[in-house]
Amino acid sequence: MKNNYLELKDLIKIFGSGRDSVTAVNNVSLKVNEGELVTLLGPSGCGKTTILRMISGFELPTSGKIFIDQEDVTTTPPNKRPTAMVFQNYALFPHMTVAQNIIYGPKIHGENSQSAKKKADDIMKLVGLEKFGNRSPSQLSGGQQQRVSLARSLIMEPKVLLLDEPLSNLDAKLRVSMRLEIRKLQQRVGITSIYVTHDQEEAMSLSDRVVILKDGVIQQIGTPLEVYARPDNCFVADFIGKANFLNTVVEDVTPDGDVTINLLEQKLIIPKAKKSFKKNDKAFLVLRPESIILEKKKPDTITGIIREIVFLGNQMTYIIEIAKQLVTVEMSNPQECESFENGEEVSIKLPVRSLHLLPWEEEK
Amino acid sequence: MMNSSRNRQFHEIAGQLRLIWKEPILFVFIILIFYFLFTFVAYPLFQVIKYSIFIDGQWDFSNYLAIFSKRYYFQPFINSIILGICTATIGTIAGFIFAYALTRTPLPFKSFFRLTATFPIISPPFVVALAAILLFGRAGALTPWLKNIIGNYSVYGLGGLILVETIAYSPTAFMVLYGILEAIDPSLEEASMDLGAARIKIFSSVTLPLATPGIASAWLLVFIQSMADFGNPMVISGNYRVLSVQAFLQITGMYDLPRGSTLAILLLVPTLIAFFVQKYWVSRKSYVTVTGKPTGATIKNLEWYIKLPVYGACLLYAGIVILFYGTIVYGSFQTLWGVNPTLTLQNYVEMFEVGKDYLIDSITLSTIATPITGIVGIFISFLIIRKKFIGRGLMEFISMLTFAVPGTVVGIGYILAFNQESVVMPVVLTGTAWIIILLLVFRNMPVGIRSGIAALQQIDPAIEEASTDLGADSNTTFRKITLPMIAPAFFSGLAYSFVKAMTAISAIIFVVSGQWNLITVAILGFVDNTQYAHAAAMSMLLIVIVLIALGLIQFIVGKIGKGVRTTEILG
Repeated sequence: MKNNYLELKDLIKIFGSGRDSVTAVNNVSLKVNEGELVTLLGPSGCGKTTILRMISGFELPTSGKIFIDQEDVTTTPPNKRPTAMVFQNYALFPHMTVAQNIIYGPKIHGENSQSAKKKADDIMKLVGLEKFGNRSPSQLSGGQQQRVSLARSLIMEPKVLLLDEPLSNLDAKLRVSMRLEIRKLQQRVGITSIYVTHDQEEAMSLSDRVVILKDGVIQQIGTPLEVYARPDNCFVADFIGKANFLNTVVEDVTPDGDVTINLLEQKLIIPKAKKSFKKNDKAFLVLRPESIILEKKKPDTITGIIREIVFLGNQMTYIIEIAKQLVTVEMSNPQECESFENGEEVSIKLPVRSLHLLPWEEEK
Repeated sequence: MMNSSRNRQFHEIAGQLRLIWKEPILFVFIILIFYFLFTFVAYPLFQVIKYSIFIDGQWDFSNYLAIFSKRYYFQPFINSIILGICTATIGTIAGFIFAYALTRTPLPFKSFFRLTATFPIISPPFVVALAAILLFGRAGALTPWLKNIIGNYSVYGLGGLILVETIAYSPTAFMVLYGILEAIDPSLEEASMDLGAARIKIFSSVTLPLATPGIASAWLLVFIQSMADFGNPMVISGNYRVLSVQAFLQITGMYDLPRGSTLAILLLVPTLIAFFVQKYWVSRKSYVTVTGKPTGATIKNLEWYIKLPVYGACLLYAGIVILFYGTIVYGSFQTLWGVNPTLTLQNYVEMFEVGKDYLIDSITLSTIATPITGIVGIFISFLIIRKKFIGRGLMEFISMLTFAVPGTVVGIGYILAFNQESVVMPVVLTGTAWIIILLLVFRNMPVGIRSGIAALQQIDPAIEEASTDLGADSNTTFRKITLPMIAPAFFSGLAYSFVKAMTAISAIIFVVSGQWNLITVAILGFVDNTQYAHAAAMSMLLIVIVLIALGLIQFIVGKIGKGVRTTEILG
């Protein structure tokens, strides 16, 4: 397995010129190892598709370089690149059958039709399309069209597989099963993949690593667990899952990086905080709704007042006022948990491991 | 900041050049197309301008001064404008009524009415003028009857011209307005009704405002066609002198190239203005985009006071069209129109003896020109829509230019540009078949380009990107992916080019020669000699040939079009 199989170096893409210019991608650098599946995740307009199109060669970077397997492909035309793309709308050739679609690439590369056919049969079996070779794409369901698109790319044995929101046109249930299928397939073939999506759940469930983008700038790169548990900034914390942000002030910092804060006269110690803080810094305490534990009121604890209760079946959601700020708490398996009433004062337990502190941001 | 932005532009351009450099064949094609566009579109036009303002190599505006100071020269300009405005107005009204009836009312026999509304498109325009002479001329079949009603009149002149040009060019207005009205979602009208608007209010507050840009477009396009028309005025204008005919007479009758060129420029200016207003202003105001996808039109029960006048107008108009073309059919079999109505085939025999060389030339040259027109047209539309390269805007501009330039101007430009050797064209083309073929190709290409552009805009670019991504170069992608998907548009472009090539007259009349001559010129010759029956017989033959060719292309499209359902997956 090669490290840095795909490398993006200081990529910048500016569309238009002069006053109307838009910086779609701003100084993006990324290294992807062989066989890894990396997701580009972000809201629409964050530049993720532009990055993908630069890797595939459909857009030229304004500056920066792209390497695949140590080779500089920055200006290589798309038809000469060792990449294959799965398009958002599948982009199947409407005038060809499924088999003709799949065999198109090998034929272009001058492969003789017998070996190409053999390959196509194998690939169709791999994606479960063996019975559909003679159908026209318009006779297939969305999920099947998706598979054809995937097969058409996989048959090329590309060095990098690019997937541009491949599941966005499918209905919710199919999306879930297709994403498991794609992940299994990707691992079985061991193909290096870049996957673009705006669906954070999709990104979390699929990826080896997630790249979170905003306004063309990388916000954080990490494993799904990392970006969820220890987000680098408020945007990431808010974009991945749900998060409560509590205003607080740093009381003390030890040389080891343990940070003490004061929340409602209670001292909380955050061991080995990810960011560096100084005494009296303003900061946000980031709390995931499911990590907060509610108890009947006890003395010498952090307390809050329940302001709203929503029952969702598999979970109970409480909105609680703590130090004049509203905090969302989610409790799973509500039948087994203690229940509280609107207006009740409750004690709040914050498990040390799920505490995460971020520097204070103006906009938040 | 300024510097870095310029730097970036430079980088982008450099990047584009690099990409083009890596596709050398594409690069060569682009250069070739530019060469042809410059040589056969821009250069002739430049020659016309040059001849009108240079005398013996000197700047000299005396041609223009002469024209603006002498009523003899200036009157045709006024006349052409008046004719254009009248034809455009009446033609647009007729086209709108037809389009409204076909899209918004439960008019019975819709396909019949649509056929009569569009039929004049496939016949040479001056056939209508010929029919008008047979009906209302000095020996016209309906002349005595009409004289009883309105007294003495002459069909030769402004009145006759407006009548025949309206019939010849209102189909253009109809097609534009039909597209627009069909694209207006009927639910908007239903919403208006739901909110309490009466029928007349719905029309004035919803339908009409939404259709206004379309109406303006239609008006301007008919105006351009009427201004540029040569065949009808040649036959029926009488003493009402218009620019296209005057320019032709100056050149072929008096061999006065500078003055002919100057008249051509006078003709060019208003049509160009109308064209640019239409293309860059009116079409941008449009609220509806014509996607080719018909909306689920629901036709409500209309009140009789709407149906009656609309149906009446449609019936009247269809009646007139049938009367005119019926007259051509009937006239082609008569021994001597107005004198001896015995039916005979003699006209066809004689016509064929005189005209068979013309006929063969017409078919040969059109058959050569049509595929070239289609292929080059579709390729240019592909470049314009799908490729990024320096000069793309210029390419679109030049290739659309021929659409707006009247045939008379183009014809004069061709004789000025190609009757001598020049840097861009080292061979003399005048008198050869090539000059006719090239003229047909570049005159008819804009329609091919347009239909190509429309078809390409409906195809998701990702489909072509997918092909490139799988390793195909531009050429292969174009051949294997794009072309099959736009095949229907390609063939309808072919059909149109062939019809236009067979029925062309205004530009072509300047470049025909003893060796290569065309059937439309022969028909005009018959009319000139008052051999109306022969002219009618030959027009019939021409229409039949065009219909056969259309049927053939339709048949091919049916064969190829099978299995191509682009819209379904793109939906």
